[in-house]
Amino acid sequence: MSDTQTTLLNTPNTAPEVRNPAELPADAGEPVFEVSDLDFFYGSFRALRDVNLGIGRRRVTALIGPSGCGKSTFLRCLNRMNDLIPGTRVDGRIAYHGQDLYGQGVDPIEVRRQIGMVFQKPNPFPKSIYDNVAFGPKVNGLKPKSMDDLVEESLRRAALWDEVKDKLKQSAFSLSGGQQQRLCIARAIAVRPDVILMDEPCSALDPIATIRIEELMVELKQDYTIVIVTHNMQQAARVSDVTAFFTAEVDDAGHRTGVLVEADATSALFTSPKDQRTDDYITGRFG
Amino acid sequence: MSTSITAPAGRPAPSRGSSTSQTEAPRPITGKSISVGRRVRNTTATVLVGLAVLVAAVPLAFVLVYVVSKGGGVFNLAFLTESIPISSRRAGPGMGPAVAGTLLITGAATLMAVPLGILAAVYLNEYGQANRLAAAIRFLSDVMAGVPSIVMGLFIYTVWVLRFGMSGFAGALALACLMLPIVIRSTEGVLRLVPRDLREASTALGARTSRTILTVVIPAALPGITSGCLLAVARAAGETAPLLFTIGTVRALNPNLFEGTNTALSAQIFVNAQLPFVAAQNRAWGAALTLILLVLLLTIIARIISARFTVR
Ligand SMILES: Nc1ncnc2c1ncn2[C@@H]1O[C@H](COP(=O)(O)OP(=O)(O)OP(=O)(O)O)[C@@H](O)[C@H]1O
Ligand SMILES: [Mg+2]
Repeated sequence: MSDTQTTLLNTPNTAPEVRNPAELPADAGEPVFEVSDLDFFYGSFRALRDVNLGIGRRRVTALIGPSGCGKSTFLRCLNRMNDLIPGTRVDGRIAYHGQDLYGQGVDPIEVRRQIGMVFQKPNPFPKSIYDNVAFGPKVNGLKPKSMDDLVEESLRRAALWDEVKDKLKQSAFSLSGGQQQRLCIARAIAVRPDVILMDEPCSALDPIATIRIEELMVELKQDYTIVIVTHNMQQAARVSDVTAFFTAEVDDAGHRTGVLVEADATSALFTSPKDQRTDDYITGRFG
Repeated sequence: MSTSITAPAGRPAPSRGSSTSQTEAPRPITGKSISVGRRVRNTTATVLVGLAVLVAAVPLAFVLVYVVSKGGGVFNLAFLTESIPISSRRAGPGMGPAVAGTLLITGAATLMAVPLGILAAVYLNEYGQANRLAAAIRFLSDVMAGVPSIVMGLFIYTVWVLRFGMSGFAGALALACLMLPIVIRSTEGVLRLVPRDLREASTALGARTSRTILTVVIPAALPGITSGCLLAVARAAGETAPLLFTIGTVRALNPNLFEGTNTALSAQIFVNAQLPFVAAQNRAWGAALTLILLVLLLTIIARIISARFTVR
């Protein structure tokens, strides 16, 4: 176990003092992300402090924690979506397959092509279902032998094909919320990413649509690395291999800063959390 | 067992009255339960609002009826196509050169102002945001929107007409200057309404900012942009003052915008209405009606376009 941890955290070119090492299970797998001593700032407001976490390949990693503790912020650091917000700053290092994600010469466009994202609220484009899925491949200059096939395959993988195969030319807004969210997943898959980040993808959905998307995640993890933010602890328990618990610490001046409390194999974290705060949270005594 | 089903914890029973409330008759939900005072206030407010609408609409309706009754007599197809009689005294059609002039000059102004204005708005909303240059451009376009049209005409007169002489193009320049701030501000407003979600979705798929703007933001905003631009066009089509210094008011048709004086409906209204001849005054009314119909047509097109291209 400590072996895995060392290889995950001692990334090349950095020798940061690891103050809050994330506990990782032995089967965390080959690392895709190695986050070390990550601080994140919105202007002068520090939203994250000293986050150290490894994210394993072809695993589902769940991020849980009370509202406002920085889960979304952390997730958006992983595909550089926070670059869009003026005045934000990243300290520390995020290695993606060993390369510094925020290093010189890294093209955030290429990063986002490889690291896809599904948002909390379904956000299809005001275009047809077909064009929604084809958008990513077109933008990225992918030239599949047949775009029709790529669209069909992506929709099939997102478990949506049967419901929409007869109305591909219709507006994406004609779909239900759950179907729209699966369309957004299909859209993300269509660019053949390496990682899929999901920020509370089921929060707007009913239990049945939620189950479908959970099944989908389990299936997708054969090929993709998935990181999911969720407020639903049953969901984290059902779909994830590793769970990371974040919380907000309040300092003397009253500033709230997000920290990673612990990360472990999901079963271990839910049955025997090492930190009292985790225990309080998962047993419902907090938040 | 049954209580746990019928009384879910999240929804407490109405706490009106005592525990006997179950047998109590339901409170009426008909209008009689509304107090007299509230009904009086409601009626008064309704009447006042109705009166205000009437007061606002009467002058509009009056103008419309008056123009139609005065100009309807001369308005027909020949009026739109025949040339203006050499002798103002003579009755009969038409206003052809002015119709052509208005269409050409306003069209040229649109070709200049709309692309420039949309690009400026894209810069302001998508790239500039809060930086100083953007703030300066925003401020200047607000000032420009407030400049009286006659001043804009004088401006083009000094910088262009004094050097190159009067031409349809000079008029188009003046109209473009008037349209530009309208296009910029209306387009920027519409772009701001495009949800951030859509931009993020596109960016997260690996689209560059320029690509996101061209393939997601502008298509989503197109109905609003179109109607904003057409309103600017309608406004420019009716302008008179800036044209008087820049195109002149000839009678003959001049299809060349870059050479020689030109004419437009608004200019012809101005000239003919001042003549002492009934025939000329009637033609002025006819031109006024033509202009109103033209603007009406543009407004209807704007409405149709916004309705047609809004994906829901
Ligand atoms: N664009 C922003 N500008 C400034 N501060 C922000 C911004 N977005 C988030 N924050 C702040 O950063 C902190 C973390 O926010 P974040 O959205 O990451 O929380 P979260 O854990 O995802 O919460 P939730 O579970 O409610 O989604 C919060 O205090 C929030 O106010
Ligand atoms: Mg969040």
